[in-house]
Amino acid sequence: MTPFHFSRAASPGEAARLGRDGATYIAGGTNLLDLMKLEVMTPDRLVDISRLDLGGIEATRKGGLRIGAMVCNSDLAADRTVREDYPVLARALLAGASGQLRNKATTGGNLLQRTRCYYFYDTAMPCNKREPGSGCGAIGGVTRLHAIFGTSPHCIATHPSDMAVALRALDAEVEVENADGKTRTVPLGDFYRLPGDTPHIETTLERGDLITAVILPASAGALQAYRKVRDRASYAFALVSVAGVMRIGKGRIEATSLAFGGVAPHPWRDASVEQMLKGQEPSHELFAKAADALVANAVTHDGNAFKVPLLKRTLTAVLAELTGAKQ
Amino acid sequence: MQTQLQINGRGYALNADPRTTLLDALRNHLGLAGSKKGCDHGQCGACTVLVNGRRINACLTLACMHDGDEIVTIEGLGEPGRLSPLQQAFVNHDGFQCGYCTPGQICSATAMLAEIEAGWPSNVTQDVAGAPELTPEEVSERMSGNLCRCSAYPNIVDAIMDVAKGKRT
Repeated sequence: MTPFHFSRAASPGEAARLGRDGATYIAGGTNLLDLMKLEVMTPDRLVDISRLDLGGIEATRKGGLRIGAMVCNSDLAADRTVREDYPVLARALLAGASGQLRNKATTGGNLLQRTRCYYFYDTAMPCNKREPGSGCGAIGGVTRLHAIFGTSPHCIATHPSDMAVALRALDAEVEVENADGKTRTVPLGDFYRLPGDTPHIETTLERGDLITAVILPASAGALQAYRKVRDRASYAFALVSVAGVMRIGKGRIEATSLAFGGVAPHPWRDASVEQMLKGQEPSHELFAKAADALVANAVTHDGNAFKVPLLKRTLTAVLAELTGAKQ
Repeated sequence: MQTQLQINGRGYALNADPRTTLLDALRNHLGLAGSKKGCDHGQCGACTVLVNGRRINACLTLACMHDGDEIVTIEGLGEPGRLSPLQQAFVNHDGFQCGYCTPGQICSATAMLAEIEAGWPSNVTQDVAGAPELTPEEVSERMSGNLCRCSAYPNIVDAIMDVAKGKRT
């Protein structure tokens, strides 16, 4: 690790001001310290925000849930309301990382973990994210874990969060406080940026913005599922994952939201697929049509072309699970 | 940087560079070498300790972020002649070969059983809103953050199941 100055913020406002002046926040630290040890990230100032009063999981007046940014992943997954009303979120959290990491990783930090791949970690390789303009080692390299949607010629890394995939399907919003003390909410769909020609910039946050909470709307559907496919049964990133939330009435799909992990630089959603399913009677023909539409614009490399059929099958399986259709 | 740590019931004053991880503080500064360094990146779990009752990877946290925290390492769980139930069960079931991962396995399992007692679900819990069942499958899933390259997994799971069943009856 390169040397850094360390301080502890006494308030969100103080943290945001230090952040505006160039300091890097540390909360759980499980991704940041991992990257600092390899000198992939080399902040010269760290601000400890882990003891800020940003915990708690509370009902909102609109029937939703407000999750403090410092709530750790294991507490969120064990929360009674989350387990009963947002099981897709509990399932996604429990599918991610290990028991030890979930005890440290925070809600805000999970969102802000780096979009990454093994070339980003390997300082002997070029990487436009680590060193803008140096090239992409992954393109033409080993691409088993890489993205098939939303990539650019500069970066094909994926965002590895499971939590964020469920939050995307639940239409979560991110509450942010800035250095001037102003608070705003950003829909998760507007929170991440695609790599384009600036893959080192991953979110729409500005310097000094501090995530204070994640807000969930009232549950959009009782039918919820999260399915993750990976190379080993536990403690591995998704090859593909699907989060689904659905409401069915009179034998038809009234509404559904679907988000996909392991396939894009951020939790992926496709409105055209959801539109295709809306108002329809569940059937395998319908699911197959939706799966075909989802992958119509996939861009693959040698090592990740398998994700196209895998994603189609995983989506079909989740739709069957949600609607109760026999496979 | 000055940090006060409460480790295994005893107070320690640490004066170290802020880069010092909790694991390096324990092993190199405070003479508590029971916690092991395997990967140093949170992937193997050999460094698992309990902080304020919860299991974490000591390698992925800065010691200076734990000012005032209560830490339990393998040295605090038991000692020769006074083994903790899990330590004894690992001996009874031969839950190791080389033994390098064992301190982390036992610290992790100690907290993991408390998580089940508290009703936390896991990725293999059938009903995520219900009470988790105590099965070998649950134990394996919940212990996936602790690798054993000698592959003593079947005996590790047996040892943990023994203690877990004792707790429930």
